[in-house]
Amino acid sequence: MTSQRLNKLTPYMFMAPAAIIMAVALLYPLGYMIYGSFRDWNPSQTIGESEFVGFKNYITLFYDPAFRESLSVTLTFAFAVVTAELVIGVGLALLLDRNIRGMSVLRTLFILPMMIAPVVVGLMWRYMYHPTVGTFNRWLKSWGFEGVDWLGQHALLSVIIADIWQWTPFIFILSLAALQSLPRSALEAARIDGATAWQQIWYIKLPLMMPVLIVTALLRLIDAFKVLEVILVMTEGGPGLSTEIVALRISRTATEFRELGTAAAMSNYLLILLLVLTLAMFAITRLQEARAARLARQIQEEG
Amino acid sequence: MPQIRLDNLVKRYGAVQVLHGIELDMAENEFTVLVGPSGCGKSTTLRMIAGLETVSDGEIYIDGRPVKDLDPKDRGLAMVFQDYALYPHMDVASNISFALRLQKRPRAEIDAKVREVAELVGLSDFLARKPGALSGGQRQRVAMARALAKDSEIFLFDEPLSNLDAKLRGQMRAELAIMRQRVQKNMIYVTHDQIEAMTLADRIVVMNGGYIQQQGTPEELFKRPANKFVAGFLGSPPMNFLGATLVREDDMLMAQGAAFKVAIPADTAARLPTSQTSVILGVRPSDLNYNSEAPDAEAFDLRVKVSEYVGAQSVLLCECGSTDITVELKSETPIALGETLRFALRPEGIHLFDPKTEMAL
Repeated sequence: MTSQRLNKLTPYMFMAPAAIIMAVALLYPLGYMIYGSFRDWNPSQTIGESEFVGFKNYITLFYDPAFRESLSVTLTFAFAVVTAELVIGVGLALLLDRNIRGMSVLRTLFILPMMIAPVVVGLMWRYMYHPTVGTFNRWLKSWGFEGVDWLGQHALLSVIIADIWQWTPFIFILSLAALQSLPRSALEAARIDGATAWQQIWYIKLPLMMPVLIVTALLRLIDAFKVLEVILVMTEGGPGLSTEIVALRISRTATEFRELGTAAAMSNYLLILLLVLTLAMFAITRLQEARAARLARQIQEEG
Repeated sequence: MPQIRLDNLVKRYGAVQVLHGIELDMAENEFTVLVGPSGCGKSTTLRMIAGLETVSDGEIYIDGRPVKDLDPKDRGLAMVFQDYALYPHMDVASNISFALRLQKRPRAEIDAKVREVAELVGLSDFLARKPGALSGGQRQRVAMARALAKDSEIFLFDEPLSNLDAKLRGQMRAELAIMRQRVQKNMIYVTHDQIEAMTLADRIVVMNGGYIQQQGTPEELFKRPANKFVAGFLGSPPMNFLGATLVREDDMLMAQGAAFKVAIPADTAARLPTSQTSVILGVRPSDLNYNSEAPDAEAFDLRVKVSEYVGAQSVLLCECGSTDITVELKSETPIALGETLRFALRPEGIHLFDPKTEMAL
């Protein structure tokens, strides 16, 4: 009896260390943040001394034009970069999915930007965007054009370009992997059926890559919502609020405005947004698995 | 109407040459089977005809027109692949109609064609299914239907049945033979299975090592193989080969081996060059009959080593001197392992090959 109970407990004993670490490292800070988001909390107070204010932080934020602005900047940024990265990344993958001499070197070069630390990327682009000594304006001027006020008037576009430069390779390598795992013979069949190169891409390659593309896009979207360093280094959210993404606003609310409770509530809004996206991703993979399982069952029943 | 000609077709991958000057003429509406072991170049030849592999040297003519540099889609052919190559994201109807939709044919015409070919291959009830929801045999049929829907003059088959289990393969082979009677088209069929080759072909082309070994009707190849390779490749169980020296006795030419001495028919003997002293004697199991009264000069005495019961017939692996010989025997014949039996040799079943060149004599 006791040994039987012990047997049943064994798996949980093995899981315990991991569970404890999870609780301490993940659940505790998360709980702390959720708890804090319901309080009017100043960094000079301990959390116990702070005042419980219910949903006040959330409601204030909901009507706060600055936060709304910041949210809309984040959404614009995230959807713009993911769309552009998808188009460029998939396009590059389609172009480079062939055996040409030196292709492996080229592929390695393409994924280099992804390996650079975001702070460095931010610094690099900030210098390149510099109105007088920056690379872009020097070029423009040497060709006889007016210089562009990159980080002033076109700040959001400029940070979007920098993010596209850094993260297109991520979509590129995943698309390339997806392309190379496509059934070769189906593409050959399409060639014999009379499909031109464009038609092969449109009717065969893209539809077959779609499951990978959807998951990749969602991963990138989740990441883009949390972007911080590059923008922090390049513009610090400015000019005005034009590039102040939510992550940046959270950090400023906590450090400059010293409103920990509001910052926590903001984080929770972001968390909810990301959670929805993540659940969507899970739902999509689940749906695909369920469909595969249903098909397998159908075949089996027919013998 | 298309007649296909391969003129000195060569394929090289870097320094490695895999096809050595293939010369082949295929008449109108002929069912040609390219057959040979793995790596013999048969699939490469087919893929070059399809335009999926580039031609290193030589030319392919379809209907007198050189097509070497044309895209696959401009060669007017349809192909069935070994792994079916269906479009997994399209349902059966869309798979079948893909080529027609690319050609922007009228909707009604496409629908009618899809129904027609689906009927022909027995897929009418599955048009809305995706390939993932079909069994292997059904997928094979979709591949056939897709090829048929194109109305091409030339059909290419690249080992279409080899992914099916044995029973289904037999069934599909029969269906192919029936389809063949209804659809009069040029068909080129690649297989490594000599039974498929023998049953389906108007003309068999046996390939090995990038060369054509022999071509002709199944009967020609079976009865008069040009060399030892073709003789051993076609026929099941395969032909037995025995080393023998030629000796002359009372005006009769005899092939003498370690444990046998059989007479060579006079007309065969007349063909042999006088300088020939040794030969490889080839005998098919079907040309050896159990007969204890056969005269010495027309018989083998074989000691039974293994008996494989396969139903009405048993396949016996026997010993003849130091070589093994396969023979067939009605299963009800009472025999014991280790027993020595006498098998009569049908005189027309004697095939002689040169030991050096392995060419038929």
